[in-house]
Amino acid sequence: MELIFEISTAGRRGFIPPKLDVKGYNLSNKFKRSTPPRLPEVTEGEVVRHYTNLSRLNYAVDVGFYPLGSCTMKYNPKLNEYAASLDGFSKIHPYQDESSMQGALEIMYNLQEALKVISGMDAMTLQPAAGAHGEFTGIAIIRAYHRFRKDFKRDEMIIPDSAHGTNPATATMNGYKAIEIKSDKNGMVDIDELKKIVSDRTAGIMLTNPNTLGLFDEHILEIAEIVHNAGGLLYYDGANLNAIMGKVRPGDLGFDVVHFNLHKTFSTPHGMGGPGAGPIGVKKFLESFLPVPTVGKRGEKYFFDYSHKHSIGRVRSFYGNFSVLVKAYAYILTMGGDGLKRASEMAVLNANYLKAKISKILKVPYDTRPCMHEFVATTEPLLEHGVKALDFVKRMLDYGVHPPTVYFPLIVHEDLMIEPTETESKKTLDKFVEVIDKITKEAKENPKLLIEAPHVTPVRRLDDVRAAKQLILRWK
Amino acid sequence: MKKYLKTHEWAELNGKIATVGISNHAQEQLGDVVYVNLPEVGKTVKAGEVFCSVESVKSASDVYAPVSGKIKEVNKALESTPELINKSAEGDGWIAKIEVSNPKEFDNLLDKDAYDKFVKDSE
Amino acid sequence: MDSYIPHTSQDVNEMLEAIGVKDIDSLFSTIPAEKRIDSIDLPGGMDEFSVLSELRKMAYTNASADKYSYFLGAGIYNHVIPSAISQIVSRGDFYTAYTPYQAEVSQGTLQSLFEFQTMICEITGMGIANASMYDGASALAEAVLMASRYTQKYRALIADTVHPEYVETVKTYVVGPGIKIESISHDETGMVSVKDLRSKIDDKTACVVVQYPNFYGIIEDLKVIKENLGDILFIVVANPISLGILEAPGKLGADIVVGDGQPLGIPMNLGGPAFGFFAIREDQKLVRTMPGRIIGETVDVEGKRGFVMTLQAREQHIRREKATSNICSNHALGTLYASVYLSLLGPEGLKEIGELNLSKSHYLLEKLEETGHFKRVFYGEFFNEFVARTDLDVKKLQKTLFKNKIIGPLDVSRLDKGMQKHLLFCATEANTKEEIDKLISVVEAM
Repeated sequence: MELIFEISTAGRRGFIPPKLDVKGYNLSNKFKRSTPPRLPEVTEGEVVRHYTNLSRLNYAVDVGFYPLGSCTMKYNPKLNEYAASLDGFSKIHPYQDESSMQGALEIMYNLQEALKVISGMDAMTLQPAAGAHGEFTGIAIIRAYHRFRKDFKRDEMIIPDSAHGTNPATATMNGYKAIEIKSDKNGMVDIDELKKIVSDRTAGIMLTNPNTLGLFDEHILEIAEIVHNAGGLLYYDGANLNAIMGKVRPGDLGFDVVHFNLHKTFSTPHGMGGPGAGPIGVKKFLESFLPVPTVGKRGEKYFFDYSHKHSIGRVRSFYGNFSVLVKAYAYILTMGGDGLKRASEMAVLNANYLKAKISKILKVPYDTRPCMHEFVATTEPLLEHGVKALDFVKRMLDYGVHPPTVYFPLIVHEDLMIEPTETESKKTLDKFVEVIDKITKEAKENPKLLIEAPHVTPVRRLDDVRAAKQLILRWK
Repeated sequence: MKKYLKTHEWAELNGKIATVGISNHAQEQLGDVVYVNLPEVGKTVKAGEVFCSVESVKSASDVYAPVSGKIKEVNKALESTPELINKSAEGDGWIAKIEVSNPKEFDNLLDKDAYDKFVKDSE
Repeated sequence: MDSYIPHTSQDVNEMLEAIGVKDIDSLFSTIPAEKRIDSIDLPGGMDEFSVLSELRKMAYTNASADKYSYFLGAGIYNHVIPSAISQIVSRGDFYTAYTPYQAEVSQGTLQSLFEFQTMICEITGMGIANASMYDGASALAEAVLMASRYTQKYRALIADTVHPEYVETVKTYVVGPGIKIESISHDETGMVSVKDLRSKIDDKTACVVVQYPNFYGIIEDLKVIKENLGDILFIVVANPISLGILEAPGKLGADIVVGDGQPLGIPMNLGGPAFGFFAIREDQKLVRTMPGRIIGETVDVEGKRGFVMTLQAREQHIRREKATSNICSNHALGTLYASVYLSLLGPEGLKEIGELNLSKSHYLLEKLEETGHFKRVFYGEFFNEFVARTDLDVKKLQKTLFKNKIIGPLDVSRLDKGMQKHLLFCATEANTKEEIDKLISVVEAM
């Protein structure tokens, strides 16, 4: 497809601004732009056609099954989109008087309360704009807490080797050394190792539970005790919260800080990579460290609360990704407490069903117990036919299915991390299993089909090496 | 004679100058090298410190100085053809020449057999 | 009962059988029994009509730009939004798509981000742009971190005319790496005091940060500032919609340009989400310390042009604790709003928008001063915002304006106690002459 710059023709306009109805002001030449930016010159129709055609090159949740592990690609309800677009939510300014935005404040307050109930935490901030942003905020809170206690020795953050890359990156951003702890042969945190690693330098541990293998770490209570006894705090990476709503609460397991991914668990759309939102919940003793402002309620009035005495400050401008918050709130209202619990139950049911079927075709490590909402399979045995996990998933594209996550977590070789979510039917799952079965047979009988895949997508396999060596990062 | 480190670098001493690079095993693990962040000529380096990095599509690896000294020359060819490291990591794909400050450090490095055994054992 | 989960009881039974367990609960057996709960203490689910009724009630209690005229800016602006934008961004193939990990089925996302990167480079006059950050404030914070990484220096000078919330955000981010922040003062023009800048620069300084136009609406003289910096990295926080008419920061020596993309076709949304943009000068070494996703052009096995995420070795999923940032999700959908906006407007349209903003704000100031109750505070050139001091009771003014369906200017003392009775007025192309005249008549009647 052509770039929009390549269809540009001098003199064309796509939007006519309002007419000037006051005296014109002439900016002094000192500040005036010397050469115009080379933006496209196209009609509205050309713009619409261009982007419509671009959109048709995309795979999306609205198009089909998207089993990316730890991403929770569940259906994005249209009610949420409509609600967020209401003028009273979209055409409001963050600095207008609080009394003129009580409805907005009410939504934020109610969302805070709902998330507290779901997670078992005591106080919330809705400020962070993404999961990683929430992680940054949560670890910054832990850091501030230790320093407030004048405990400056703690410079280590314990992170499992199965953790998402954002975890160690977050630790570094907060001035911590990321101490990796290996998973044991069952895919859990190695308790003996943990006992050796904790010390008076431990600031905390970052855990995803269930972990990125889809396994619920049953030693969680022991882990919490070990880390707390050493004086460290527990951080919960909420990426996998979709597995446990209404079944167990992170707050009850000993976690001191929890982050949520509203664009995962709470159905807000992924938007090609964002925006999402990453609210943080904390236990009471950490409330005074929350970023300001949070939303408070006094009688019947809502207000922005700047009173957190030891606040870490701001992590962004204004209050959070408000329209994403509206969508998540609409979802919670729609599902209710019973619906959210059912969502987790069906998500876990779907994953276990797929695991039962796929383990007959591909190798599934850690298969001695139920998985939660996702599981890991590996194509390692197919290496003898010259087929890597990458080739396997590229072939899936030819069958109109989006591949699962590949090569993550790092502790399993040639792995696929599969998360179906609860909004997929048994029929969809059965079709997916058929595709996996077909491709596995192809790998043994005609591996070239996989190695040269995909064949029928808008573009075929792309040269990553060339993209990194000959950097072309813009049109010229 | 080439000597090696467990962090997969090699060094070859010629008089006072040590030519250094990453091992063939390292380039295999990296995949196609797309960029080398060459150190500055004249910079002082300490043995065991990171002095350069090598980047592929799927990873970026720190390169540790095998010996201490001053960078006398860098392999400018790597700027335009970083893939030299894949073609000949232990030959034309050398990274820098260091004027050694303490030749005795060379004795602490592994010889080829010891390095090969180390690589085999860790697989 | 919701309409999203497809499972009938027959499905559930068949699946349980295939798994080999007797009930759903056994799938949760690995959770410690003593911590298990069996319900969430929230009200039951609601049907769509009821949810909407409740949400509409809340929406209607908010004063919004469909009913009120806005003269309030300070980082979020009420601009005219072309209707084509919402039609395009609400296509499911865009907003329900994910990060383009499988490039072959994400060319829509990747190409639109590549075009976006190009447009940001064009308006800022820079060489390379990433595929977005969360907002202007966090983008600035990441820029300061990057400058420190690149120069290996731990001191940053930030003009006190940069948006206070941006500065607060930077202060949170620099705690980890231990970077010291110091302020540069402004003079009576409202611009950075070059004298103060010169006195504060030293060889430990990684970067200098300036906003353009600045928080008080004043257009900074980037050329003069650059002349005093030497090797120190020059970070400019720019309002992208002003760049159709203001000189590009890249042409004036900026090393990094960041800012918030909200003015480019995105509704105010109570301050989020929009997106942060991040652009640098063309430099092979600098780009490798840049955070965020970057899209690059390449070819497929048949030689066809295509786009991929590139230079991923900087990012968290590969580099982990050594990554340039922990950023994973960006604000890609926000960039789509901006790309469409900039495509619809083109260079001519963007210039006209700039001229309209300049004219409206200057007309507003003239009329305000004519009332005798307002006096311009800074005499530097301004774009669409300015600070005026008033002799009127600020609270009374705001209340009266509100009663007349006008959202008035920002009371600057909210963010800076030293500026009592100072108001930050904003007028954009969305404010008609009628609206401005109405504000004036309301003031005169007080």
